[in-house]
Amino acid sequence: MSDILVKIHRAAPYGMITLRGDLSSTALQKAATDAAGVAFPETGMCVFEGKSGLSWMSPDELLVLMPHDQIQSTLAQIEKALNSTHFLAADVSDARAMFTITGPHWRDVLAKLTPADVHPDSFQQGHFRRTRLAQVPVAFWQSSADTVTLICFRSVADYVEGLLVNAGRAKSNADYF
Amino acid sequence: MSTRLARDGRFLNKSKAIKFTFNGKQLRGFEGDTLASALLANGQTLVGRSFKYHRPRGVVASGAEEPNALVNLGAEGRFEPNARATTTEVFEGLKAASQNHWPSLDFDVGAINARLARFLPAGFYYKMFIHPRPFWKYIYEPFIRQSAGLGKAPKARDADTYDHFYAHVDILIIGGGVAGLAAALTAGKSGARVLVIEQTAHWGGRAPVDGGTIDGLDPDEWVKKTLQALEKMKNIILGARMMGTGIYDHGYVLGYERLTDHTPDQDGPRHRLWRIRAKQIVTATGAIERPLSFAGNDVPGVMLASAIRDYVVNYAVSPGDRTVIVTNNDDAYRTALALKDAGLEVPAVVDARPEGGGALMQQVKDRGVRVLTGKGIAGVSGGKQVQGVKICAQAGEGAVLEEIPCDAVAMSGGWSPVVHLWSHCGGKLLWDQEKAHFHPDIGRAPTGADGEPFVIPAGAANGSMSLANVLAGGVAAGQMAVERAGLKPKRIATPEGDSVTEAPMQPVWMMPQGAGVKLRNKMWLDYQNDVKVSDVQLAAQEGFESVEHTKRYTTLGMATDQGKLSNINGLAVLSNALNADIPQVGTTTFRPPYTPISMGAIAGEARAELFQPIRKTPIHEWHDDNGAYWEPVGHWRRPYCYPRDGESHADAVNREVTNTRENLGLLDASTLGKIVVKGPDAGEFLDMLYTNMISTLKPGRCRYGLMCSENGFLIDDGVVARIDDDTFLCHTTTGGADRIHAHMEEWLQTEWWDWKVWTVNLTEQYAQIAVVGPNARKVLEKLGGMDVSKDTLPFMAWADGQIGGIDVRVYRISFSGELSYEIAVRAGQGRALWDALVEAGQEFGVMPYGTEALHVMRAEKGFIMIGDETDGTVIPQDLGLHWAISKKKDDYLGKRAHERSHMVDPDRWQLVGLETIDGSVIPDGAYAVAGGTNENGQRNVQGRVTSTYYSPTLKRGIAMGLVHNGPDRMGERLEFPKIDGTSVFAKIVDPVFYDKEGAKQDV
Amino acid sequence: MLILTCPYCGVAADETELTPGGEAHLTRETVGADDAAFEGYLFKRENPKGVHFERWRHAYGCGKWFHAARCTVTLEVFGTYPAQTTEPPKDIRDKITAKRPGWSWRDFG
Repeated sequence: MSDILVKIHRAAPYGMITLRGDLSSTALQKAATDAAGVAFPETGMCVFEGKSGLSWMSPDELLVLMPHDQIQSTLAQIEKALNSTHFLAADVSDARAMFTITGPHWRDVLAKLTPADVHPDSFQQGHFRRTRLAQVPVAFWQSSADTVTLICFRSVADYVEGLLVNAGRAKSNADYF
Repeated sequence: MSTRLARDGRFLNKSKAIKFTFNGKQLRGFEGDTLASALLANGQTLVGRSFKYHRPRGVVASGAEEPNALVNLGAEGRFEPNARATTTEVFEGLKAASQNHWPSLDFDVGAINARLARFLPAGFYYKMFIHPRPFWKYIYEPFIRQSAGLGKAPKARDADTYDHFYAHVDILIIGGGVAGLAAALTAGKSGARVLVIEQTAHWGGRAPVDGGTIDGLDPDEWVKKTLQALEKMKNIILGARMMGTGIYDHGYVLGYERLTDHTPDQDGPRHRLWRIRAKQIVTATGAIERPLSFAGNDVPGVMLASAIRDYVVNYAVSPGDRTVIVTNNDDAYRTALALKDAGLEVPAVVDARPEGGGALMQQVKDRGVRVLTGKGIAGVSGGKQVQGVKICAQAGEGAVLEEIPCDAVAMSGGWSPVVHLWSHCGGKLLWDQEKAHFHPDIGRAPTGADGEPFVIPAGAANGSMSLANVLAGGVAAGQMAVERAGLKPKRIATPEGDSVTEAPMQPVWMMPQGAGVKLRNKMWLDYQNDVKVSDVQLAAQEGFESVEHTKRYTTLGMATDQGKLSNINGLAVLSNALNADIPQVGTTTFRPPYTPISMGAIAGEARAELFQPIRKTPIHEWHDDNGAYWEPVGHWRRPYCYPRDGESHADAVNREVTNTRENLGLLDASTLGKIVVKGPDAGEFLDMLYTNMISTLKPGRCRYGLMCSENGFLIDDGVVARIDDDTFLCHTTTGGADRIHAHMEEWLQTEWWDWKVWTVNLTEQYAQIAVVGPNARKVLEKLGGMDVSKDTLPFMAWADGQIGGIDVRVYRISFSGELSYEIAVRAGQGRALWDALVEAGQEFGVMPYGTEALHVMRAEKGFIMIGDETDGTVIPQDLGLHWAISKKKDDYLGKRAHERSHMVDPDRWQLVGLETIDGSVIPDGAYAVAGGTNENGQRNVQGRVTSTYYSPTLKRGIAMGLVHNGPDRMGERLEFPKIDGTSVFAKIVDPVFYDKEGAKQDV
Repeated sequence: MLILTCPYCGVAADETELTPGGEAHLTRETVGADDAAFEGYLFKRENPKGVHFERWRHAYGCGKWFHAARCTVTLEVFGTYPAQTTEPPKDIRDKITAKRPGWSWRDFG
């Protein structure tokens, strides 16, 4: 019998751009939605279509997600659109690692490591939660019915993978959710 | 002697025998036994020795409150001391050993202390071990250390795993007795998210043992039915073997789940620490029976009446053929009935109340049991086992009226609600004169973030003592919790409890009430710590009026049980001695944990490779493959050096330094902080952050800058590159990246929020490789792709381009004094560039170098290092960095502080170089001594070493240090005493030892 | 173990997701300030038994600094509000007045 409760997969490099600016400005909203091809996210939320998306990071920060080969073109597009405004767009793709945790018990695995409430009443598809996973900062969102996607800093990717694999041992399932 | 009964026990599976050992002797129990019940079933009434007098100790209780039956469990990686036998479920192969005795449990030399009891009164240790002072270290402390402690500390690494679980619920119900279950049913019906936890393996609490009916059903049947209903509700989670450990601020609760203690062969975590956030908490934690204070109440075989009932009913254990019951209330009569039902003898019930009890007493009398009213126990015969009791008048002084032979004594001094969890977070208590106990003061509950109460007591924990009240209280608590959690309660029919009406109890704090000192000397309050009635009275007499002081002075209520049995009795004795009311004296503070929890559970997953995050650069693996000796720098691991076969670390460092100075060195500098600062106000912002002027920097150029706190002290340094008019890239120290980014954000968000500046921490986006040495340019030119000549890319300039086909940004900055290029590359390409440089560099003598070689080279150049030359009290002026402090700027962080009198004091120690006379290396942290001594008789000091290394370049020890008037004392000799008593002497020199003109880096 | 709701992202954050930042509403003193004023800015802090205003950063979340009005005795939280202000907002002060009549803190009350 397998000892793996959920499938933990370290994703291939993914395109990510940090966009800092006035999120209430229509110019920025337009630049972001044009670049990602999705609607503008509300506070604490994310919007995805396929591999592209926008995540609300803070009142003045968005994370633009895209396929890895579109980083430069997307960055150029944003730079061009916001040229005359006060903003900062930076490629952070290599600064991050991305994991998917797949299986009906993904909430049980996350709940061992994060103080965030991941109960289905509190955390659903569309939510983008920045929080703590054991001792490091992470963000995660539910990417499908039985998958949660999590990003962390690249330097601690091995630590995060270790945490997830350890928490994902079938024999330690809390089976709470 | 205690033994197993032929009948069934509620918790026992008699078809499944289990073998275990106690002190090496193999014994048999059944599935469902606790270690305590199994030991009693095997006639093992003596289970341990007390802390101070090494008195024989037997099982007293049947649950978490047990003070005596503490054992060492398991061995090696699964060894655990101080485990309570009463909460340890037996399993096949369990190994237990008794504690605190030598050479054996039966014959213990330490028991001599008991003979000396009159010389070991309360506060003995404080009184005895003070004088003469010198005795403390060599005689008293070793003696105390040898005799201190009950169990042994484990030596082996814990073989089990542990984890944590964060649960967020509307309502947490602590306690799975009938009150908790009634509350759960009520809360569950409303649709609230509910978690119900029960510290034992069994639901239903005491009700099934104590009798009565619920909705006309036997309590066992009702519990089973209710559990089935609860299990069907998706919004309810039931957690058995999970103790409510503590209630903290804002509805935070720790739950301690014991997953595999009873099945140690099962894979998976042993304990799970639940970190629960609840909107409302119901504490249905029950009540604990109190012992009675009579002489000899600690002899093995004297037990709580309720515990004896539990052993008979739940575990089919007889405490002995003949049990005398002594009580001040009706409840203990239930024990008499249980014993009679089991076919055992009850020679007498000794009831301290002159009128005796009510209906329960009548039932007992009807069974032919002799009931003595207005009587007490004047003494217990027997040493390691009860042999009989001496009867006296409760009202008198203890004249023996008769002796009754017996094997066990069941005592009941009344019941105390378990108010611990209610009290942890500030819940207050009320004294109930009639029931003689503290119960929660509902009007003064713990309050949460909204200022409203968040804890609701229910059942016996709330002072309800009849089944009907317990159930009604449970339902009411459930309703109230639902309402307060902001949900709509659904009405449910309150389960109807029916039990015998009880006559009032009568407080009995001493038996008999007029006992003389001889008897009081043998009345144990705290069994674990050997505190007697006489000790508490002595403490009061000596002026320890506060209950908290009395606790510390006498040790009453200390150690693993924290006085669950003894506190109220002790408090009553203290109150009497002080001639004060009990509520006036008050209780000691209830603090978590309710009972001790494992260290492993607290650590959770944070052990071994998950103990803390280790940050790895994109080139980490190469370093590992190439023999790097690692140095932790913050959470990062950086290569200290790369020792080759047979090389010491010092040899490796010297080789790396020499090779870098003569040929070509590569350093993984990826850990350096890289923060982008952009916006129309970015220049002004950085002028505030750095002590020097940054806004005048030209795009394409780099400048070294210093940062100070508002206190004026240096907090970081690094090179700033101007990318374009609006954009800067700030390099920070390795340890400073997150801190300095947070520092920038703090000032932007909280002080200058109208400034147009954005920051992004790009530290991890890039790998950074320092290509250093006379051959640095050659290797880059060989790889090709961009012009790295002095003309195009001079010292302190940067340029974007390609090296070997990889997009890079190259900074001409040097921390070694050599020709140096720091090359930033996307992290994903970092390893590829490193590999390319290693390969292309072969013909130029390339070698990687580590952090120690970096340190040696920067010290040779007189460059300061944050954390070496600075320690949070050093200002740039101390380090001769006046040139990096702008005089043109009106303001910068730390500027006002630099004007303070202490900062401009000419007596501040200042940075100099130190050259040892004999060429040796000054020890790290050494102080330069001056004439005379200070008030402690220590030699005065006039400076200290901040960095000290062997310089393979100069072939001698070099150092930097802060010295009084240092820069004015060039050439003077200083003495640095070493710990071996000798001294090393050094000459004050310029801190720049190597290439003072900077010719080598600017080529 | 407090829970404070971040006024920027609305997350009810666990204390372990936050970092504390000491007293709120300090006025920065700098060049030109006399020694007493500068000492006050650097070192003098309120230590009230009761109503207090503090700085917190949602460090493991949106990264924003915010202020919290809190009772140091009961840990009741009267409200949280963005850091870009020099004084507590009126609605929070009114709420405190309703719950702790007669309160005062530095110049506020």
